Amino acid sequence: MGEIKVMREDLRPPAPPPKRHFISIKDVTRDDLERLLATARTFARSMEREVKKLPTLKGRLVINVFYESSTRTSSSFELAAKRLSADTMSIKSTGSSVDKGESLKDTAITLGAYDPDVIVIRHPQIGAPNLVARVTDAHIVNAGDGKHQHPTQALLDLYTIKEEFGRVDGLHVAIVGDVLHSRVARSLVQALALMGAHVTLVGPPALLPRGIEAMGCETTTDIAAIGAADVVYLLRMQRERMEEGANFVPSLREYAARWGVTAERLRPGQKVMHPGPMNRGVEIDPRVADHADALIETQVRAGLVTRMAVLYDLLVGAPAPVPVGDPVEVA
Amino acid sequence: MLFRKETSRENLVVRGARVLDPAQGVDEILDVRIDNGVVAALGTELEPNSHRVLEAEGLVLAPAFVDPHVHLRTPGREDEETIASGTAAAAAGGYCAILAMPNTDPVVDSRATLGSLIETARAEAEIPVGFLAAITKGQTGAELTEMGELADAGAAGFTDDGIPVASPGLMRRALQYSAVTRRRIAVHCEESTLSRGGQMHEGEVSAELGFAGYPSVAESLMVERDLALAAYERQPIHVLHLSAWESVQALRRAQGAGIEATGEVTPHHLCLTDEAVRSLDPNVKMNPPLRSDSDRTALIEGLKDGTVTCIATDHAPHARHEKEVPFEAAPFGVTGLETAFAAVYTQLVEPGVVSLETILERMSTGPARAYGLAEPRIAVGAPANLVLLDLRASYSIAEGTFRSRSVNSWLLGETVRGRVRATIADGRLVYSA
Repeated sequence: MGEIKVMREDLRPPAPPPKRHFISIKDVTRDDLERLLATARTFARSMEREVKKLPTLKGRLVINVFYESSTRTSSSFELAAKRLSADTMSIKSTGSSVDKGESLKDTAITLGAYDPDVIVIRHPQIGAPNLVARVTDAHIVNAGDGKHQHPTQALLDLYTIKEEFGRVDGLHVAIVGDVLHSRVARSLVQALALMGAHVTLVGPPALLPRGIEAMGCETTTDIAAIGAADVVYLLRMQRERMEEGANFVPSLREYAARWGVTAERLRPGQKVMHPGPMNRGVEIDPRVADHADALIETQVRAGLVTRMAVLYDLLVGAPAPVPVGDPVEVA
Repeated sequence: MLFRKETSRENLVVRGARVLDPAQGVDEILDVRIDNGVVAALGTELEPNSHRVLEAEGLVLAPAFVDPHVHLRTPGREDEETIASGTAAAAAGGYCAILAMPNTDPVVDSRATLGSLIETARAEAEIPVGFLAAITKGQTGAELTEMGELADAGAAGFTDDGIPVASPGLMRRALQYSAVTRRRIAVHCEESTLSRGGQMHEGEVSAELGFAGYPSVAESLMVERDLALAAYERQPIHVLHLSAWESVQALRRAQGAGIEATGEVTPHHLCLTDEAVRSLDPNVKMNPPLRSDSDRTALIEGLKDGTVTCIATDHAPHARHEKEVPFEAAPFGVTGLETAFAAVYTQLVEPGVVSLETILERMSTGPARAYGLAEPRIAVGAPANLVLLDLRASYSIAEGTFRSRSVNSWLLGETVRGRVRATIADGRLVYSA
């Protein structure tokens, strides 16, 4: 048989100009990630000042559109934009025209009419940010699309790991739990692989998607595998995504017993991360959550500076160092 | 079983084409004269009499195509397709006959609904169209339709396409009753507890993109079940839109055991794999989903060795606003009537994967035989069902060019080769370009 060409390869629209959007870790390189991490570190230093606001994005408009509930992601994006002096606007699906059945496309076109520089979007469906990117001129930042990607979470996790260990390359990270329903896991596996870390996914068989090893990781159902890891990254059991009767696991009780991360299952000095919100007593033992080896609060702080870095990178441009000058007067 | 609007039959001479009818073993440069819609003469330098002449040098004249699987969306979604627009699209695609699926609103499950479709077809169908009726009332999988009466009223076959018949007991009863109706049962093979929520083929691509997976075994398990039931009841069966290699294997095995089982495959399953879904384009979302390259290879092998005798478009028009949404929110299905030949010609024939003869046979004789329709052929005395093909023509698929009311084609923006220049259906020139 002759060579069979997959036609769709040719059908894909031409790739957008580099770094116009931040939608998927798949679209970025290790250099991009290193640059964003360096920018975030500069912002972290400026956040140590008494007056934390920088004039960098003055006059720019950042619209946050959240079709799913969120505490840390939406608050940190809003604060990141404000710290950089951008104007911000937040739209939630409840109480907006979405309630009246407006399509995502029409909502995006409406918001696009305000000429936003950036639209930050979280949506329960995969590819929603790509759709918004097609119908507006704004830079799009994906704040989570269904089970697909959550690239700024991956960035803040890399930042947290790098701050703790001084490097990511060569570290072993075990990601434990409901990988199937986790956009955090998908972005993080790709980001860690790009940065040269070794990744093991641990969880119940039905929650480890068939074929995921192709992303550059190994999988196991044995919780003992976390013993070899430098970082144990816990995923939330996404109860709201578990359809009735799907039987991914027999029960949460059995999940907690077999895959819940307890102090007994950890070595001293192993670092524990969790993207939040936590289900204490399910995937994480409360003693682990509150222990000094948990980097969970650091992750939240990293969320602010890495999201500042993403906004800066898209709007001010790639390689420029951040001018950490005098802070602006804040009225 | 086929219905069309009444128009006058053509007097025509097609001059100088390469006449290619694989089923008749014809492949030579000939003139074809059509008198009052019937092939009257094949030869060289035929007198045109006062007939209209189609100069066809450099073109291929083949038996016109038969599409056994089309959604005409009528009744209920005439904004997406009508019998008039769907049959016009089929004419442009080189078809002389199509079969429409009954999953409309209401479902074609009563003599009244079928009768009104036949009446509409007699008023507006550009080419002959047949209608399959549902196996179960409302396609709810609970109760058989009055299959005898529906067959008498003109149903071309029976299917619950779009939804599987979940109950093996009910499927058995339907197969038993086909001994009475003498119409083929066509099965949509999907085990719903396995495919549940699935958006695309379960594999490396779905794992990476995060889409819920629709595993191959959700199809092949039901293919195995239905073939086992057909074997037990010794009744013929037709398997709709095969997508998985396990399904092709099961069909091959069943045929080897003497079961009268036929199968169809779509151009998109022959040309694409699940890699295409990385585009997140809702125009590559269909049921069954695009599968892996080994599945695609098995479908092609099945087509070549005769396990799969039909290429069916599963033409599924959808309103633009319903497809301009995130992938998961979009309905399953893509259009195909106007692009089927070009797609398989460009992707399979030109690269030398499948012969032109095989493609022509699987798009015409194969589907006609599966449903017991008259086989289009190029022979003196046969009704003229002909398609004139320009294999060298290269063109791009653009929204404005469709006769279908819907534009949800997976080929939008793509450049293809192999253009239909004229279609003669039941003795009428229904398309020329």
